[in-house]
Amino acid sequence: MDLKLQKIIPQLITVLVVILVFGFFTYNAQINMENRGIDFGYGFLSQESSFDVQFSLIEYDGSHSYFRAYLVGLLNTILVSVIGIIIATILGVIVGVARLSPNYLIKQFAAFYVEFFRNIPLLLQIFFWYFAALRALPLPQDADAILGVFFLTIKGLYVPAFIWENLNVFLYSIIAAIIAIVVIRIHARKVQETQGKQLPVFWISVGLIFILPLLSFLIGGVSLSFEIPKLKQLATTSFKYEGGISLPPELIALTLSLALYTATFIAECVRAGIQGVGKGQKEAAASIGLNPNQVLKLVVMPQALRIIIPPTTNQYLNLTKNSSLAAAIAYPDLVLVFAGTALMQTGKAIEIVSITMLTYLSLSISISILMNWYNKKIAIKEK
Amino acid sequence: MFKYLKQLTSLVAMVAVLFTFTTETMAAKKSKTLKNTQKKGFVRCGVSQGLPGFSNADAAGNWTGIDVDVCRAVAAAVLGDANKVKFTPLSAKERFTALTSGEIDILSRNTTWTLSRDADIGLTFVGVNFYDGQGFMVRKSSGITSTSQFKDGISACTNIGTTTELNMRDFFNSKGISYEPVAFEKADEVVAAYDAGRCDTYTTDKSGLAAQRTKMSNPDEHIVLPETVSKEPLGPVVRQGDSVWEDIVRWSLNAMIEAEEYGITSANADSMKTSDNPAVKRLVGAEGELGAAFGLDNEWSLRIIKQVGNYGESYKRNIADTGILPDRGPNELWTKGGILYVPPAR
Repeated sequence: MDLKLQKIIPQLITVLVVILVFGFFTYNAQINMENRGIDFGYGFLSQESSFDVQFSLIEYDGSHSYFRAYLVGLLNTILVSVIGIIIATILGVIVGVARLSPNYLIKQFAAFYVEFFRNIPLLLQIFFWYFAALRALPLPQDADAILGVFFLTIKGLYVPAFIWENLNVFLYSIIAAIIAIVVIRIHARKVQETQGKQLPVFWISVGLIFILPLLSFLIGGVSLSFEIPKLKQLATTSFKYEGGISLPPELIALTLSLALYTATFIAECVRAGIQGVGKGQKEAAASIGLNPNQVLKLVVMPQALRIIIPPTTNQYLNLTKNSSLAAAIAYPDLVLVFAGTALMQTGKAIEIVSITMLTYLSLSISISILMNWYNKKIAIKEK
Repeated sequence: MFKYLKQLTSLVAMVAVLFTFTTETMAAKKSKTLKNTQKKGFVRCGVSQGLPGFSNADAAGNWTGIDVDVCRAVAAAVLGDANKVKFTPLSAKERFTALTSGEIDILSRNTTWTLSRDADIGLTFVGVNFYDGQGFMVRKSSGITSTSQFKDGISACTNIGTTTELNMRDFFNSKGISYEPVAFEKADEVVAAYDAGRCDTYTTDKSGLAAQRTKMSNPDEHIVLPETVSKEPLGPVVRQGDSVWEDIVRWSLNAMIEAEEYGITSANADSMKTSDNPAVKRLVGAEGELGAAFGLDNEWSLRIIKQVGNYGESYKRNIADTGILPDRGPNELWTKGGILYVPPAR
């Protein structure tokens, strides 16, 4: 009984101290705010924000509420994180594999890339891509069309907009193709298990994913046209492009720098993962007659992934949190729009900072949960 | 058990320390700010991150500008030495939090006096040291000479967290022009982006435009359009809840403006002690007991005038002679056609 008590007392004390410290700060903040005549409350969220935002995925202007402005910032943060994670992963895997390449030049180039980009502070890289690259880009009126339809200018990248007719039919055809592929894969596996025959699943899949959407164009009444950006004159030497979709240079610079920076860390995770699989595994796999592709797909990768996933999750989290550096280059993310402009206009520092912190926490935890689920899925299942 | 006793004692001690702090903050003492400032030996002043004419640091780290002079005046009044100021450069976003959280005691950072800021977020504006208004800067080569030539789709660079963002929306909405706001956290980055050609126009207070123009790679290529789209009375701010400190800052500024009105300068301040005008004598501390009201001595305003100079000297030194805005415009004394008018120091 004494032993049990001795174990519990320190824990109780710790909990008590935490509560006391937290309570003290809350109490103190309350008193200070009262003394200075600051109200506390979240009512401001429904008030009109009266400021505009440069770039938004949902309809927004200053006549919408602060809550809507919060959503605009949140979606912009998610957008830059998702694109950044996708590019960083692809680039990271390529560079990680390249570092193990038998080709001397490729190997050295990959090593140079990793050492260069991971050793320069991210904020500096963001400034470099935004201010140095921005100055190098042409003004809208001087820009040459890339492939006749893309325009990369100092004011952003202008790309053609898709104009669909019967878009839903096209989407159904893609869904149908995916379902068909899944069914065929299950069937192929059964055939292999029962008859030992291998069906050309890959080629059938490629065929389906092309042919079904093509059919939707031919007989489904789907049509697609493009709206190509056109130059518009604002003043004697001031131009912009109209029509099409415009991607602000802030988004491009931020995504690029986040992806290039994070890819170096992912590359190292990938290299560690592949090198972590014993040489004997590959040799054993080869000795039972698997071809090199099958060795990689069936033996090396499943084991390597177990090593790669947990540290890569960290990198995804880092990228998401680092996206808050957006404020430096005017990309309207959560920090710039909500913890920046909205905070200044309302003066609700505690409320807004607490919401922003909770939001980043939820984003990070969501990524963690997703990656942990994937990690469990690929873990060794002991029977 | 002895081990836990030790833990327990340290816990009790910790809690005790916490509570003494709490009672300290609760005790409403008369001008805690003044007491703390005198104890520390310097005035804690929040300024901009570099706005020529208002608050700007040179290569040696010396701050100059009319906003800086307000803090120097307060230091001269309460500490006897205008140089006893610790300047904290703040972004537009950080400034109010720095003040309300007690990191600084005066915010003198070209800050617009508005109702919501004054009433809502625990701040008190003490006066106006520069009457300004928002304007637009464009490249000369654009051929734009008036805001009426703005067209749909114009991109405008500005700072976040300022009244500028709100005025900009009001302005473009009232004209029915669609625009692309590009808002940066720091003024230097706004200038860099506009200078690179990211935006067609750069909008902020006109004094700011004039000052930032000097930082452009080629200042002559840019013009400030004649229209003023808002009222921007800029002035020093203090925390709400210390009315004595508020009065000290207010009257330090007022003393500078009134000194100019009566022709008292840093050069002639001492000789003004024998003036025939009682108002002049009060300002240089030769008559009356004005300082006692704040808990200061009677020569507080004399020190301001001698060490910092009157408002006109400060304006000339920082804004006119540097070529930012040679014409004082509304920032001229009421007796000379401007709107600078302060209550009498008596």
